[in-house]
Amino acid sequence: MKRKLFLIMLVVFLAVLSACGNSAIQSTSKKEEGGSKSGGTIKIGVLLPDSGVYASLGKHLHKGMELYFDSIDWKIGSKKIEIIKEDSEADPQVALRKARKLIDQDKVDILTGTVSTAVAYAIRDEVDKKKIPFLVSHAGGNDLTRSKRSDYIWRSSFSSWQIGNSLGEWAFHNVGKTMYIAAADYAFGREVSEAFKEAYTAAGGKIVGEVYPPLGNNDYSSYLTTIKNAKAEAVYAFFAGSDAVRFVQQYDQFGLKEDKKLIGSGWLVSEDVRKSQGNAGVGTISSIFWDYSIKTEENRQFKEAFEKKYNERPTIEALEGYDAAKIIAEALTTLDGDASDPDKVVEAISNVEFISPRGPIKFDKETHHVIQNMYIIETKLVNGQTENEVIEIIEEVRDPGK
Amino acid sequence: MDIIGAQLVNSISYGLLLFVITCGLSLVFGILGVLNLAHGSLYMIGAYVSYSITVHSGQNFWLALIIAPLAVAVCSLIIEMILLRPTYQLGHLSQVLLTFGLAYVIHDMTAAIWGSDVLSIPLPQSLSGTVTLFNQAFPVYRLAVIAIGLILAGLLWFIQEKTRWGAIIRAGLSDKEMICALGVNIQLVFTVVFFIGGYLAGFGGVIAAPILGLYPSMEFQTLILALVVLVIGGLGSIAGTFVASLTIGIVETFCRFLVPELSLFVVFGLMAVVLIVKPNGLLGRQVVKH
Repeated sequence: MKRKLFLIMLVVFLAVLSACGNSAIQSTSKKEEGGSKSGGTIKIGVLLPDSGVYASLGKHLHKGMELYFDSIDWKIGSKKIEIIKEDSEADPQVALRKARKLIDQDKVDILTGTVSTAVAYAIRDEVDKKKIPFLVSHAGGNDLTRSKRSDYIWRSSFSSWQIGNSLGEWAFHNVGKTMYIAAADYAFGREVSEAFKEAYTAAGGKIVGEVYPPLGNNDYSSYLTTIKNAKAEAVYAFFAGSDAVRFVQQYDQFGLKEDKKLIGSGWLVSEDVRKSQGNAGVGTISSIFWDYSIKTEENRQFKEAFEKKYNERPTIEALEGYDAAKIIAEALTTLDGDASDPDKVVEAISNVEFISPRGPIKFDKETHHVIQNMYIIETKLVNGQTENEVIEIIEEVRDPGK
Repeated sequence: MDIIGAQLVNSISYGLLLFVITCGLSLVFGILGVLNLAHGSLYMIGAYVSYSITVHSGQNFWLALIIAPLAVAVCSLIIEMILLRPTYQLGHLSQVLLTFGLAYVIHDMTAAIWGSDVLSIPLPQSLSGTVTLFNQAFPVYRLAVIAIGLILAGLLWFIQEKTRWGAIIRAGLSDKEMICALGVNIQLVFTVVFFIGGYLAGFGGVIAAPILGLYPSMEFQTLILALVVLVIGGLGSIAGTFVASLTIGIVETFCRFLVPELSLFVVFGLMAVVLIVKPNGLLGRQVVKH
């Protein structure tokens, strides 16, 4: 009996050992392949969540990227573009491991992605040390282009500051002189409301009260009763995803919409949540860097192409993926597809400038953060369903970088 | 004064919503002693099925309320008969592992079928208005949830305490062998209770969907809340679950009102205090070990 057990263990041990050996061989052969960086392909590592709470954002970013690479036939000059996807699981520990795998094993030339700011912070030192150009396509934490700035990290999406700041002054002049703030209690919610408060009070507005419900809160009734009894003319809110659906719906159900205007960041009434909100979002004013309703030729073409390929409306994350892909492609085109020198790649990225579906974009060479238009949008009822409409454009918004 | 009254209505409505969501788990775990960690998943299936029904039937909420819980009850029945039955002899650990694994399977299946976007179910026309109480508008649906919670609690209490069926179920919890010896088919009792537990989970899913929305991993949030309710209320009684739900509703709502910074922590704090002061829960019975 004992001998049999020993035999089984030996077999299992051998199986595990041979599996290890196999993978070791595979990874070395991969290394040889990847070692010749000037070969026929450009490798782009994409680190996005395919699982967990941010899965749907990751999915849309992928779709946007693929849409753009389709349009250039997955080629830059004579080189083929290859994207290698890894699931970050929106978990900093996991993501760091996956980033190392992409950098060391797959030998990617460029890294892009991350929805979660915590993930971006977690891999910051790794890409900085190994000199891998990293184009941030979503994560908006201010510090990534401030105190945690790196020569190799550039951001094409947005910063919390741009989102919050853009509505501050406008709200004082057009919405009301007193404001209540309600935001999800996590770094991003706090940063956005801080930026809004700063701009709003600088313009002369007064913050009457603040409340920060936990992320993923299910019932807002208690907060709403408190807000209703506060003497504020309007409410500035930051919520996204399922929180945004519930907050906007409950805000309407508890009758707050009638005496306090709801304003906030664009995620409150973005494409992916508005349908689930019914008509509750009507009348909401928000600020964001792209919206489906932007009436430019570039945006029209983008929407048309996206809808043709995927049979659904693009979301803001799809746009971010699309722009990130385009920035990488344009930068590498100026280098004839040669991605071997990371310093030349980031230099090329810094010079990229084009009219995106969101309007003209370029990089601030000091902060490495995108300079873009911010849009103030209003949610309206059109033919029985809600649509956003741009009511004002704030041009060339630049993050202060400190 | 008005604001206190309004917050009281909020807390009762939230507490009873919790009761509607968690009473199924309480029934299965508290009465049968079977720990079903897939309870949240059953709740989620109820919500998603009712979403599909409302979409395909021209927003008919009532139809969803009839069909979805039955569909979930059938799922629950299948789970009990095929997967759980062999584990009754093996104890809690294997039940936990099995049902938690099942929760992940169901999680991925629903994501594959319904996608990962946030969805919601519109309120039925007749319940979408508002009523003014304490100088504040309340959605009629919230008040309807209060009524539903009270009726459900009354019904369950009556069945458990006043009927022959209830007596058999309670007896089964105390001494399985003895009840078998008295000629009761205990297997059938388990199956029926599991069916009812599944039905209640699905029912909770439909009722909560218009308020809480539908999104991936909603089941784990619900599961945690349900377990907290169970711990605070104690095993073995519907009354305990009822009292615990209301207590959580009141404590959490007033905490959000008075010290919003603590709202994430307070429910778990309450649970810790209950565990220290009354380890069997507020109204828990000493469950006999099998």
